[in-house]
This record gives sequence, structure tokens and C-alpha cells, in this order.
Amino acid sequence: MTERLYVGTRKGLFELVPGRGGWDIAEVSFLGDPVTAILARDGTVHAALDLGHFGGKLWRRDGNEAWRELAAPAFPPKPEAVADDPHPWSLGKIWVIEPGHVPGRLWAGTMPGGLFRSDDAGETWSLNEPLWRMPERRQWQGVAGGEQPGISSVLIDPRNPDAMRVGVSTAGVWESTDRGASWRIINQGMYNEYMPPGREGEPIAQDIHRLAQCPAQPSVVWCQHHNGVFRSDDAGHNWRELTRSGRRNSASPSPPIRATQTRPGSCRRSRTRSASRSRARSRSPAPATAAKASRYCGTACRSATPTTSSGGTRWQSMPPASASPSARPAAACGFPKTPARAGLRPTCVCRRYRSCASPRRECFELKPSLRSAR
Amino acid sequence: MPRVSFTSALRRFLDAPPIRVEGGTVGAALAAVFAERPALRGYVLDDQGAIRRHVAVYIGGEPVRDRVKLTDPVGPDAEIYVFQALTGG
Repeated sequence: MTERLYVGTRKGLFELVPGRGGWDIAEVSFLGDPVTAILARDGTVHAALDLGHFGGKLWRRDGNEAWRELAAPAFPPKPEAVADDPHPWSLGKIWVIEPGHVPGRLWAGTMPGGLFRSDDAGETWSLNEPLWRMPERRQWQGVAGGEQPGISSVLIDPRNPDAMRVGVSTAGVWESTDRGASWRIINQGMYNEYMPPGREGEPIAQDIHRLAQCPAQPSVVWCQHHNGVFRSDDAGHNWRELTRSGRRNSASPSPPIRATQTRPGSCRRSRTRSASRSRARSRSPAPATAAKASRYCGTACRSATPTTSSGGTRWQSMPPASASPSARPAAACGFPKTPARAGLRPTCVCRRYRSCASPRRECFELKPSLRSAR
Repeated sequence: MPRVSFTSALRRFLDAPPIRVEGGTVGAALAAVFAERPALRGYVLDDQGAIRRHVAVYIGGEPVRDRVKLTDPVGPDAEIYVFQALTGG
């Protein structure tokens, strides 16, 4: 199977395939729309959108078929008895979609903090009521810069699909060992710099941006926290920070992380310094694919990608790859040239750079030149 | 019968031509629309059935006042418009 990299951005879903000396854009979907979550596996792609006017949406593509909209996860009617619930009973956006390690089962983490389960590959969803109705949920706080708390991560233990952890921004790490029937907060050892004095170390005050689980050692979990990177060796119970450097700045959240298995029994983690809130997902969990995913982000963002193969004790900088020849759209695309103007450059936004078989009006757009913008 | 028209911005996602439906309130008229086109509902209303924060509904030239329970009355020849509501300048 051809390697394929899925990148969800605030401006659409980009699918990249290896090209000569780099990555080529093979598909662009939902151009202009924020793509908040992607799950690509076994030929099926789920993509969540956050439409500014029309809310959170969910689409699916099976093989080469056209995208089809599915019913997005929805909250049940809000009872009068909980009228004082500080959080809305309405989907804001889907933040993460994860496979459940059971055929057809998916989990979706959302803002305002609802966890949803599907047993039919995303056609229908049901709210995990025990987590949502838990009294402690009212203490969950909005994401930094957001109004609502959000479930940013869902980890399903590959050894036992009934054991799961969810990361919440901002409410720490919650664990269930009975397929979501009961929940408890488990994280110890983190701290949150932006909390008021005395509350920095509270488990529920931790701003979990992303959890990544080692495929080979599921008890090893990494956390992209608002103000650092943490590691746990006991499935999210106890954490130690890897990034204490004295240069941390709570205004600069730690970059996205991704754990990749490089050899049996080991786990490598990389973090990408993405300028936009992009998320990269590979179709295959194969180590090579994931490693290239990290490299791509470094390339695209023109910055080095820190990686570690020693569990975080030592870091190397993976430099950006050289620009791919195929990434020069004006020379590669056969669509009629759009003349450059001062400060602008023709940018191909069609489905394929090299063979523009079905040119569309928006094939070329004039975009600000990177050079002149600097 | 009231006539309900939708912003052309929706055409990127689904088909939403104008439609005539029965209904004495804006809620009843919209419910009749969604009965025929279920996929439209989530684009206009939130999970609790209120008008989405960034969607505006007008009856003739007047904005709907009850955005939560949608009780505003509509006449038999009313024109109901559903727009995206720009915010933030």
C-alpha cells in the first residue's frame, strides 16, 4: 500500500504521497474548512470539520468513493434539573477520533467534553453518560483560549479494549477499566504554570493537549501538556517532565507530539513545531510512515523537528528536508499560468500538482509570496 | 404556506433549495423542513434545538426573537430566511 500522509489544517484536509525527493499533494478535501480530527485506516477516512457557522460535522470516505456526511455525535436533551451546568449540551467540535480495537468501534472526544462511542464505524454515536454525568465534570475548565473543556485524547489499551484513558484540556487524565462505566482521575506529578498559586499541581488542573501511547509498550504514555512534555511509565498514573529547561513559557504551548515504534520493545517520540494547528495522521501505523510524517512537518514548517530515541533524556534535531522539486507548482502544473504580481505568487491548489487533468477555477490562486512577506 | 430559503453558503455541504412548508411558528416551519431534509437540521440548530449561535433566521425583514424555543409566529405567506451570521468583524 502506498504511504499516505493525512494533514488536517484550519484550511482543509491534505493528503500527501511520497514523490521524487519529497511529498506530493495527492488530494485536497474540504478546502477552506477547519479539519479538527482525522482517522484513516483500512481504506476508510473519517474527517471532522469545525464549520464556523454550522458547527461540528463528520464525514467519511470509503476507498475511492466520494465523501459522505455522517450524523455527528450529538448530546441528549438537557434536563431542567441540570440547568446550571456550566457547559453546553451541544457539540462544539470533534477533537479526536480513535479506533476502539473492536471491529466497527470508534471513540470520539469532543468539546465541550463529551466522549462518544460508535459501534457501526461512525454511522451513529452515543454519549458516554457516566463520564458526562459525573459531578466532577463541572470542575472541568475551558481550554486555554477556548470557552469549553475538550477531550483531546482517547487511549484505548490495545491489550484490553475495555481499559481506556482520556486526556482533558483542562481536567487531567481520566481512566476507566470497565469500558466507560466508571471513571476516576489518575494523573499525578504534572503541574500547570498558568493556574493560580497553590493549584498548579492539582490533577484536575492539568491542561492535556495530547496523549500518545507507545504501541509496543502501552503503559508508556507521552503527554503534550500546555507547558511541557511529560512521560508516564504506568499508563498515565505518574508523570515526570522531560522538558524542564527554564525556558518554558506558558504563552507558548508545547508542540504536537507523536510516539512511533522504531523497533520491538522501544518507542520513539517526536514533536513537530507546527505553525498552524495541524494534525498529521498516517494511514499505516508502520514505523517508517510515522517517522516520515514527522519529517514532513519539519519540512513544511521550515523548522527542525526535535526527536528522541532515548525516552526523552537526549534530543536530536531532525533538520528540514530540502525542498522537493515537485513542490514548485508554477512549473509543474499544466493549468494556464496566472501571472505573478508584486508580492504575490501563483499557487496551485488543485488536486494534483503534476497532471492537472481536471482544472478548476480555483486551480491557481495568487498568494502572498513567502519571500516578500518576510 | 410559509416559504423557507437558505443561505447559498450551505450549498458546499448539501442541497438546500427554497421550500414551502406548513407551520404557524418558525419552529414548526423549520421542523417541517427538517422532516423532509434531516441533514439540514444540524446546520441550522444546535443539539438542544436552538438556533446556532452563528446562524441568523429572519421572518420577512425581522430577526427571530426566540432563538431557543422558536415560538415566533409566521403568517401563511411568510418568507423565512436562514443566513450565516457573521461575527467578529
